[in-house]
Amino acid sequence: MTTREQATNYQHLQTRAEDDVILEIRNASVRFDMDRGSARVLDDVNMDIYRDELLGIVGESGSGKSMFASAILDAVVEPGILQGQIIYHRKEGEPIDILQLEPDELRRLRWDEISMVFQGAMSSFNPTMTVRGHFEETIRAHGADMGERMSHVRHLLSELYLEPERVLDVYPHELSGGMKQRALIALSLVLDPEVLIMDEPTAALDLLMQRSILSLLYDLQQTYDLTIVFITHDLPLVAGIADRLSVMYSFQFVEVGESEEIIRNAAHPYTRALLKSVPSIDTPLDEMSHIEGESPDPVNIPAGCSYHPRCPIATSICVEQDPEFFEVDEDHWAACFHWEEAADAVEYSISSGELTAEDVTVEPDEEDDSG
Amino acid sequence: MSSKEPVISLENIEVHFELGGFIDKLRSDVDTVKAVDGVSLEIGENDVVALVGESGCGKTTLGKTAVGLQRPTGGAIRYRGQDIWETKDSRRSVGDYEFEEIRRSLQIIHQDPGSSLNPHRTVMGQLVDPIKKWYPEMNPGQREENLFELLSRMGMKPPEDYANRYPHQLSGGEQQRVALGRALMLEPDLVLADEAVSALDVSLRVEMMDLMLELQDVVNTSYLFISHDLANARYLAGRADGYIGVMYLGNIVEIGPVDQIINDPQHPYTQILRWATPQLNPDLAKKAHEQEIPVREVDIPDPIDPPSGCHFHPRCPQARAICAKEEPELIDPVGEGTRAACYRADDNHEYWNSPSIDDVEEELTVNP
Repeated sequence: MTTREQATNYQHLQTRAEDDVILEIRNASVRFDMDRGSARVLDDVNMDIYRDELLGIVGESGSGKSMFASAILDAVVEPGILQGQIIYHRKEGEPIDILQLEPDELRRLRWDEISMVFQGAMSSFNPTMTVRGHFEETIRAHGADMGERMSHVRHLLSELYLEPERVLDVYPHELSGGMKQRALIALSLVLDPEVLIMDEPTAALDLLMQRSILSLLYDLQQTYDLTIVFITHDLPLVAGIADRLSVMYSFQFVEVGESEEIIRNAAHPYTRALLKSVPSIDTPLDEMSHIEGESPDPVNIPAGCSYHPRCPIATSICVEQDPEFFEVDEDHWAACFHWEEAADAVEYSISSGELTAEDVTVEPDEEDDSG
Repeated sequence: MSSKEPVISLENIEVHFELGGFIDKLRSDVDTVKAVDGVSLEIGENDVVALVGESGCGKTTLGKTAVGLQRPTGGAIRYRGQDIWETKDSRRSVGDYEFEEIRRSLQIIHQDPGSSLNPHRTVMGQLVDPIKKWYPEMNPGQREENLFELLSRMGMKPPEDYANRYPHQLSGGEQQRVALGRALMLEPDLVLADEAVSALDVSLRVEMMDLMLELQDVVNTSYLFISHDLANARYLAGRADGYIGVMYLGNIVEIGPVDQIINDPQHPYTQILRWATPQLNPDLAKKAHEQEIPVREVDIPDPIDPPSGCHFHPRCPQARAICAKEEPELIDPVGEGTRAACYRADDNHEYWNSPSIDDVEEELTVNP
């Protein structure tokens, strides 16, 4: 057993040796030094991202998800200090450590190989430049063939249900939020990257647009052999399209596995509580309840397993030691000493199939509908 | 929607906004946005009505009208049978209630609690003003006692500690609880909760909605809950045996008890919202993703120039020629309380003999 300081554990990384790993994140930590102490907003994280998979990363706000995304591209904002290794395996050539790259190498990698769609597309565009200008500038800066790329852009835009000629010649404010978000996705794909990292790409949008964009992403991933890392706090949103899900709590991963397996048989008490607490359209109403307690302050993370103050099955070992990953099933890992007891301690259920009237608890209506 | 007299009744409400400046008006070149276009709705005592719809569908405008913050350009809004705007405009009393009393009975909580609280005042400071105004007989000791009681009720313990914090020292969930507390302190009859949980992390939404329902029992209030998220609407209204109303471009297109709207939606738009709401069950989620996007147009039309007939017809997968000509009214064909504004709800409508809209559109427009 290890203490928190040495809690690097790699067990969950060895699951599928035959899989082609595109990104290896090793011992990645991000620290912010503040007046009231040092805040660790990414705590010694290890993760493998497989080529052509859609990896969903879920967790509450302030669990370190966005920091994980920034770390992959060495884009942690000042004065954050990022340590560790981010190894990128190119299709051809030697693997590279992203954190060792020179600034211009990094700039090249960022659009050509790995691109990112940040939260709030609204502010990602330059308001004084047409949409076409954004595409052309990106293509020019990376020395790509303008004619060939722009015809790719037109193709991408129409695949995203946008009329290229109409969208390209307007200014960003002339587009609706959903259109802007789709244009931004097209922009992120303009140079045919291998990896697309999306941080809450649909957070500000309506349900219908959210869902449509997800369906489009699903198709794009198949068409362009993309590796997508999809980061969100909205678990049901990503559960349906992700190949694997990875749950973050308090700046660390606590569970990782195939999406369906995580939804059906979550093994970490936190994941189970999270599944219970998320309003969904199909979960029986009286099975939903909130998680007791509050997520920890990054300056003052509880010792041992950081979930222990909220966990109904925590014992003294959870206070003393940081759990390593335990194998729950093939490709399914949970960082919990008591994962075997979690199923009984935190029960949840998902709907069995089509919704039935019994799923919605409504008392018999005694009053007339006079409206 | 109780059998007794409703707290608020909206009758054929229209809210039209004119766009354009002085010059446009001189040239009478004014665009009109029909944010709400002929909506009738009743909210009873201890009722929960959830309005869902996409941005721009008019749900917030309708909500503000229902609590007397937006003057309708047409139709009437009544508080316990008494016309609100007539009460305001008339110098003499027109009924049992003064305008001030009506305003006090209708409260609102906003989407972003961070900006609806005054950043320069402590929690105590925010909450004490309404008590001073409406309970002038209370002395400072009693006020404090009541406030602490309220804070503990809202799960903010110890209250002495929370009372002296400033809004930035609270989490998003705590800020929203203070905003809820501030609204409920006046024992309103109706609280408009406009996207009140949307800004919160998903894991905190159930907690906030549970608190709303718990305090509803204490205060005896009704909620008009506005959300773009069907899952939230289902939770709050479903727990309270309430209703869900679905809005689209200024109209309510379907309204009914929660289980019927969720499990047996009649209007194609409600069915599509249902599709768009992610499901946790992996089989169902996968099925929904493999399905083609079930709308003919992904983007919502311009509200300045809404489509003819049924506003939804350009996006509706089931639209026929007649849908572009006439606007369907809300009908209740089954008699189970759900009303839908769609010809498909009526088995005998000429819709069923109308040609598919795609054929008609091809005749009208030359498509590339």
